[in-house]
Amino acid sequence: MAYTEEELKKELETKEYEYGFYTDIESDTFPIGLSEEIVVAISKKKNEPKWMTDWRVEAYRVWEKMEEPDWANVNYEKPDFQAISYYSAPKKADPNKTLDDVDPELLEMYKKLGISIDEQKKLQNVAVDIVVDSVSVATTFQKTLAEKGIIFMPISEAIQKHPDLVRKYLGTVVPTTDNFYAALNSAVFTDGSFCYIPKGVRCPMELSTYFRINQAGTGQFERTLVVADQESYVSYLEGCTAPSRDENQLHAAVVELIAMDDAEIKYSTVQNWFPGNKEGKGGVYNFVTKRALCEKNAKVSWTQVETGSAVTWKYPSCILKGDNSIGEFYSIAVTNNYQQADTGTKMVHLGKNTRSTIISKGISAGKSQNSYRGLVQVSSRAENARNFSQCDSLLMGNECGAHTFPYIEAKNKTAMIEHEATTSKIGEDQIFYCNQRGIDTEKAIALIVNGFSKEVLNKLPMEFAVEAQKLLEISLEGSVG
Amino acid sequence: MLKIKDLHASVEGKGILKGINLEVGAGEVHAIMGPNGSGKSTLASVIAGNETYEVTAGGIFLDEENIEDLSPEERAHNGVFLSFQYPVEIPGVSVTNFMKTAINESRKAKGLEDMPAKDMLKLIRDKSELLEIDRKFLSRSLNEGFSGGEKKRNEIFQMAMLEPKLAILDETDSGLDIDALRIVANGVNKLKNKDNAIVVITHYQRLLEYIVPDYVHVLYNGKIVKSGTKELALELEEKGYDWIKQEAAV
Ligand SMILES: Nc1ncnc2c1ncn2[C@@H]1O[C@H](COP(=O)(O)OP(=O)(O)O)[C@@H](O)[C@H]1O
Ligand SMILES: [Mg+2]
Repeated sequence: MAYTEEELKKELETKEYEYGFYTDIESDTFPIGLSEEIVVAISKKKNEPKWMTDWRVEAYRVWEKMEEPDWANVNYEKPDFQAISYYSAPKKADPNKTLDDVDPELLEMYKKLGISIDEQKKLQNVAVDIVVDSVSVATTFQKTLAEKGIIFMPISEAIQKHPDLVRKYLGTVVPTTDNFYAALNSAVFTDGSFCYIPKGVRCPMELSTYFRINQAGTGQFERTLVVADQESYVSYLEGCTAPSRDENQLHAAVVELIAMDDAEIKYSTVQNWFPGNKEGKGGVYNFVTKRALCEKNAKVSWTQVETGSAVTWKYPSCILKGDNSIGEFYSIAVTNNYQQADTGTKMVHLGKNTRSTIISKGISAGKSQNSYRGLVQVSSRAENARNFSQCDSLLMGNECGAHTFPYIEAKNKTAMIEHEATTSKIGEDQIFYCNQRGIDTEKAIALIVNGFSKEVLNKLPMEFAVEAQKLLEISLEGSVG
Repeated sequence: MLKIKDLHASVEGKGILKGINLEVGAGEVHAIMGPNGSGKSTLASVIAGNETYEVTAGGIFLDEENIEDLSPEERAHNGVFLSFQYPVEIPGVSVTNFMKTAINESRKAKGLEDMPAKDMLKLIRDKSELLEIDRKFLSRSLNEGFSGGEKKRNEIFQMAMLEPKLAILDETDSGLDIDALRIVANGVNKLKNKDNAIVVITHYQRLLEYIVPDYVHVLYNGKIVKSGTKELALELEEKGYDWIKQEAAV
């Protein structure tokens, strides 16, 4: 179907409205600090129903009494939660800004990643000309989804348009009381995504391109809720392969996935927020709670490529509640310079014949610290539960660290749990071998790292995998002298 | 093509090469023999630019140009190839992917575009046939779990892919059974022409029956103590190295 120029323009206007949070909260930034009043004010600002306000307030009251956890193998100065502003209008495109005003180093990175000029502008908050192509793509996209009954929109919009659905599922997998950061997120989240796949529907596309373009507007406390009804399937890509130099110090997102009977969710993440500079100054604290609930015969796969942030604290988990349900976790975590990552997963086997697979690849360079922390838990009634875990670490240089903390709690004798771990180092002899074949050291490292990460990279959707590979290269640039 | 003048090299302050002189012309095959620990592999590494070793005196010239300041990859781009005595493993990187990267990196250095996929496929097909390599083998991780013989054959496959000007084969015969030796030697002979040169490092006369050298040198204690023609290799096979050591001691 062809669109006229006029229709396109209209569509674009409605698009702005549709993806609401760009326009509906224009004005101000709240004063710094957090209190019950601020939480109520956020809810009010977003015109939320009373149940939502109450939910936030309850979360706030819980959070107030909690203490920031310190069991992770990371060291950082604890953020001052009273020094943050919890609500600020999203940055609007600055009409006077051009790409010439952007840090050339960043533009160089974009070029390496093959990010289009328009997307570069978007990421850098530079006003974008209307690109006919991308508009019509977005439009056809929305149409296809609507035809299938798939709901995919900002969660703030879903709270308005589908309050019953949101209310039914929000906080059911990650309760407000779950942990310090989850409670904080519940109290103050400003936006995120909501996705609902109806019974028996296979989502015909990766929910990705769309998200990537919109990524620039997402906030500090992101909230994502994905519900896959019975026998449905969805592949969801979160994140943006373009390095975004977010000035926000603290990110505390919550992601909840619900896979009902016979449903399948694939959730892939590429995270590359600002890791801080070579001296370890600046950078994002990324404290994320991600959890999936699997009902009977359901399957959830988490795949993540983590290359950014100064401190990462993240354990995408699966509650294997239904019999025969399957949980998978595939992870690549790269740390360089002074980055610290403590990441892994939790597989909680509750149902019979539940299975889980964990493949974790940690790559450390510079003076960084990279920890895998995993828990495999088998409840007493989970007959014939099976788990296979493999944790591989690759070290570059002598100043970085790799740590593995695998915890196993099996309360059923029929459980079969296998754990394998390896640690290796990129050897000078490997580098010389590559050099001798005409491959320079930078490229040699990329080759070796990609080989090491292959099992996980293979789990990513094709176009994402290529970009993730490039990202690994960029993250490790200059890591071997 | 290759000129080595009074080359001294050491590692951790310990001298290993103590004044090597060697000239290899285009179209020639040279064999370097000598007891274990003489410095044969070290010589090969130094020619290839391995920075583990420090060149303390003398120099290496490729086509009259001193290559002292060239990195290992630049030397490779200039046509130097080393078939390693102990090829290293690179897990997760297939032979095909590795070769593709190597070829395209060399092309990039020469200002050429990546080799078109079609040409790459044809090249891989031709060269794997030359060395009688099963195509399935090429999808395996580089050298991981390869037998000794497979590793060596794979080294020569890489040589065939890269078509170097100067190839140094370090104990390529060890680990090969007689059939594989014949295939590999045959491959090397087919790659030989009047413009390139081959240096074969070996312990045994056996390989030299297939790859016939124009000159044979004996390396002992960091020096070339004797040079001759292919008859010298036979003599060494017969008499061992003791007489060489005695001569050198005088
Ligand atoms: N990287 C190194 N560090 C220390 N010693 C070395 C190193 N490489 C070689 N050598 C020493 O140099 C000598 C020559 O070794 P090599 O060149 O491997 O001999 P060949 O190949 O003739 O058997 C040996 O004594 C060996 O131990
Ligand atoms: Mg040797």
